[in-house]
Amino acid sequence: MSRNTRNLIGRVLFYLLVGVILIYTIFPFYWAFISSITPNNQLFATPVQYWPQNATRQNYGLVMSNNNFLIALMNSAIVSVSVTALALIIGSLAAYALGRFKFGGRRVVLYTVLAMTMFPQIAVLGSLYTMISAFRLYNTLWALIITYMIFTLPFTVWVLTNFFKAMPRELEEAAYVDGATPFQTFYKILLPLAAPGMVTTGLLAFIAAWNEYLFALSFTQTPEKRTVTIAITAFEGATASSFEQPWGQIMAASVLVTIPLIILTLIFQKRIIAGLTAGAVKG
Amino acid sequence: MSQRVATTSAAPSTGKRTLTLAQSQSRFAWILLIPTIGVVLMVGLFPLAQTFYFSLTDARLASSREVNFVGLQNYLYLLQDQQFFRTVGNTVFFTVVTVGFEFALGLLIALVINSNFRGRGLMRTSILIPWAIPTVVSAQMWKWMYHDIYGVINDLLVNQFGIFNQNVAFLATNTTVSLFAIAAVDIWKTTPFVALLLLAGLQVIPGDVYEAADVDGANKIQQFFAITLPLLMPAILVTLIFRTLDSLRVFDVFYVMLGNRRDTQTMAIYAQQSLVNFSDLGYGSTISIAIFLIIALFVVIYVTFLKIEDA
Repeated sequence: MSRNTRNLIGRVLFYLLVGVILIYTIFPFYWAFISSITPNNQLFATPVQYWPQNATRQNYGLVMSNNNFLIALMNSAIVSVSVTALALIIGSLAAYALGRFKFGGRRVVLYTVLAMTMFPQIAVLGSLYTMISAFRLYNTLWALIITYMIFTLPFTVWVLTNFFKAMPRELEEAAYVDGATPFQTFYKILLPLAAPGMVTTGLLAFIAAWNEYLFALSFTQTPEKRTVTIAITAFEGATASSFEQPWGQIMAASVLVTIPLIILTLIFQKRIIAGLTAGAVKG
Repeated sequence: MSQRVATTSAAPSTGKRTLTLAQSQSRFAWILLIPTIGVVLMVGLFPLAQTFYFSLTDARLASSREVNFVGLQNYLYLLQDQQFFRTVGNTVFFTVVTVGFEFALGLLIALVINSNFRGRGLMRTSILIPWAIPTVVSAQMWKWMYHDIYGVINDLLVNQFGIFNQNVAFLATNTTVSLFAIAAVDIWKTTPFVALLLLAGLQVIPGDVYEAADVDGANKIQQFFAITLPLLMPAILVTLIFRTLDSLRVFDVFYVMLGNRRDTQTMAIYAQQSLVNFSDLGYGSTISIAIFLIIALFVVIYVTFLKIEDA
């Protein structure tokens, strides 16, 4: 009996803990959403409303008709897709070499790649700025696409190398016996097998590029070249009072920027977790 | 690959062919690596060397003025720069607080998810939400929650739970309060990542170890300290080093929430401000190199710890 009660108390406490963790992780996002559908007169009022009396879509309407924000969304999409594609194309070649071939210097390259995955961007900020100015790329999306390779490519190479290394050797050998060249073996046999790894690393590269802030802040200037991370910090709503930032619109924009990422994350949950733990890379 | 080389070289007559095969494979591998090496040199190693060069000069950003070599002058200045040491202090404080809390909370969440219960999948999914939100966006969300008049955190603390009797201006003047407030945002955002890394470590511990411990009559707490913690150590170390590296270069969350405030500046913000806002390419590069060296030290520890196996 006493053992049963102890078990019951243990279970209750355990689920209480689960509940607390769930509320802790979800509440800020919930709050952003609630704020985004609350009319301004209730948003900037005390006491704080935990549920709006009359929900409004006004903030979303304002955000979606804000040209600067839409351009920024477009810019972020262009930059993130380009960076992901480049990192995957260049990175898969290197990963194939590092994962399937033995050659002198392989270790040095691997160590360099691993060290580069933790490269502090701030260490090259000034130098990249002068390079970008010299090539007349300041305030262009090219500046971002090129410089974002510093944090996407090494990570892509590192994780894909592990994928290539884990593949069975027999298929490759059969291809060689049939007279396939190493390059044919790569794109006809190994690359299709590496598709799950490519999806994982591609997603992580996309998310990293989408979330980048420091380079976007330093290498772009005008609203038509901004990415979403800059746009969301530079929000000047049409109806903002002179005293207060348009928090309702900022929260609506935050929800809009985040929802695609949350959907991607939920769909590819298992892959992302596998990629994160394989690469042990920052989120 | 090693198997193939071994079998072919077993026959002495093909020894010469094996050598040329190995050579051509090596050449092919290096050709595949050319694009990656090119990119890494262009956006990583060359700029790093150039930053080091700039740190020895009085160069200005986007200026046609003549550049003078000033030797170690910038470094000598750095050693007496109170603001630099303040930013180091802020960054280290932030790192210790966030990594400490993230580890403790992350381990708790990992242990919870690792035990079998209904709703486990939902929980694993929901903790990915903070991870998926861009840092800049989460900073904006929390900035609104921290609002000194209309913020939900003040409402919870003052009106709902009555912990304080008046509203707190979290992001206003008090340095320590602001630093803790920012740390809370990072802890919320990054704990899931820590939990996932630790969970991966927990899942490779074989279950029969615990069964044996059960047979021997060890209770759960004894099992945690005698089995779980020692076997989890590799995952813990990787996670801690990784998070430390990440925290030391923190920029986004501070910049979005506190802007250019001097008293709460981090190392990365100080460097970025010197470089871009004050166009001081020489001294800004010196700060960058100092940050690089501090982080490089941790990277070396990390890489040697990880010991890449050469399969």
